[in-house]
Amino acid sequence: MKSTHEMLESSEFKSLVKKRWTVSIVLTILLFVVYYGYIILVAVNKPFLAQKIGEVTTLGIPIGVGVIIAAWVLTAIYVVWANNTYDNEVARLKALVQK
Amino acid sequence: MQTTLGTPTTSAILFFLGIAAITLYITYWAARRTRSTKEFYAANRTVSAFQNGLALSGDYMSAASFLGISGLVALKGYDGMIYATGWLVGWPALIFLIAEPLRNLGKFTFADVVAFRLRQTPVRIAAAIGGILTVLTYTIAQMVGAGNLIKLMFGLPYLWAEVLVGAVMLIYVLFGGMIATTWVQIVKAVLLVVGVSILMLIILSRFGFSPSTLYAAVAAKYTQKALEPGGLVTNSLDAISLGLALMFGLLGLPHILMRFYTVPDAKAARKSVLWATGIIGYFYIIIPIVGFGASVLVGRDIISKVDKGGNMASPLVAELVGGTPFLGFIAAVAFATILAVVAGLTLAGASALSHDVYVSVIKHGQSTEQQQVRVARRATVVFGILAVALGIVFEKQNVAFMVGLTFAVACSANFPALLMSIVWRGFTTAGAVWSILSGAFLSIFLIIISPTVWVDVLKHKEAIFPIRNPAIVSMTAAFLIGIVVSLMGKEATAEAAFEGEKLRTYLGIGAE
Repeated sequence: MKSTHEMLESSEFKSLVKKRWTVSIVLTILLFVVYYGYIILVAVNKPFLAQKIGEVTTLGIPIGVGVIIAAWVLTAIYVVWANNTYDNEVARLKALVQK
Repeated sequence: MQTTLGTPTTSAILFFLGIAAITLYITYWAARRTRSTKEFYAANRTVSAFQNGLALSGDYMSAASFLGISGLVALKGYDGMIYATGWLVGWPALIFLIAEPLRNLGKFTFADVVAFRLRQTPVRIAAAIGGILTVLTYTIAQMVGAGNLIKLMFGLPYLWAEVLVGAVMLIYVLFGGMIATTWVQIVKAVLLVVGVSILMLIILSRFGFSPSTLYAAVAAKYTQKALEPGGLVTNSLDAISLGLALMFGLLGLPHILMRFYTVPDAKAARKSVLWATGIIGYFYIIIPIVGFGASVLVGRDIISKVDKGGNMASPLVAELVGGTPFLGFIAAVAFATILAVVAGLTLAGASALSHDVYVSVIKHGQSTEQQQVRVARRATVVFGILAVALGIVFEKQNVAFMVGLTFAVACSANFPALLMSIVWRGFTTAGAVWSILSGAFLSIFLIIISPTVWVDVLKHKEAIFPIRNPAIVSMTAAFLIGIVVSLMGKEATAEAAFEGEKLRTYLGIGAE
């Protein structure tokens, strides 16, 4: 059993918090790359998005849909990670703290 | 084409009455379960992750996203799709940065989190100002939109439309609190997603269920240009600033943040964001198909003749492919959408007035459960009447900039203080107050002198501030001011309380 202070100072708790923010920040950066990458592409290179990939369908259409799907996939990655890794560790540490 | 749009058809009235009957029955059912503050503000924290995912989607998918984006795609083609993506990308950011800490630390409002270890009175007042400004500007946009849309769809006079929306949503919130509001959102989200899915399928059936055939028809009628990026995004700085406002504004919308207190724990909060992102993402993927379909089947000339902004593209194409009954259904769904969003906003505004200002500031947390619920109900009435009054006052005003302003205030006033209070030990009361107030007033001031208001609304020749949405400046400034002011004067009690807060933030120990 650990006191509140011991828990906060423990390497397990610190590494849990660190891991949580590492995952969050990496995913946030990916989100930035995907979304602002797309927006900047629209602003600076319209011909790239206007090129045809089918009879009339432009590359911009699957890319636009792709941004939405990527946003969901990033969310899903976080949830899967948190459900499988973070929650177990939280439950374990929580049990160690003196009530 | 001939349209019955603008006349109250039997089918529209029947569908509307059906939705009203269901939602009012829900309210009756919820009213008997709404006695404590936990029930009134947070639906007794018994909403499941999936239900909350639907309710979040309901709160977020306004008539503007349904009618506005399909209209934009119908009239401007691909540009409407670019706009749609911006509305989704806040959701992943919400889960990565604040959803779980917010759930663990707060009770009813996001101000609970900001004020957690800081001095209650100043922080609560500042947070209430930020929260209420956000909710008010959004409410104005919604109420003016509501009046105009209902006038267009049902032929009901503007004034009546305002009073009708105000009265019905007030019944939901006043009697059924968060329980009724949540279920109204769920009903609305299901109707909206199902309704638009059916519309999309019928449209695609006209093109052999092949989007490519639809695109070919669009290109044949409006040239290849309709499928290429056009004039919406030309300036990177403008586009990025608007993108920041949309992305981080979501993380500062009080009516969205409030929903996280309706679920039992952080895990459910997290899962509900995944549901919401999926539902809203799906919606933004199918809505351009409806827009493109409308431009081919109805035609841009007719759509823009009925409404210059293209807002009637979806109802018009619904009538064309499904006849008057289907138009009635889609119009009733749009009406339900408006009602639900305004109800959510009213509950958020009322909670800022009653929970943050009355209970925490005026009563210093010393009031009985009964008094708190009574004040919450009074605040609801005040906010409801205010919403109708503002809707009427702003009828003839150009409120196109209001939604942009809402997101600018939300991401500049509410989000920086919220994030810093969660992650930074050294954040102080003065830092929070300065960050919130400067973010709020800077975003309002800058948008007024930007092209959005200075040129488009006030008709000056040239804007003083060049960026259309000020988020990139006002949000950055709010962070910097919060950091600098906090560094100027340490707050020992706040730092000491950070330890206990951390256990609650990450492990959920002591979470309500």
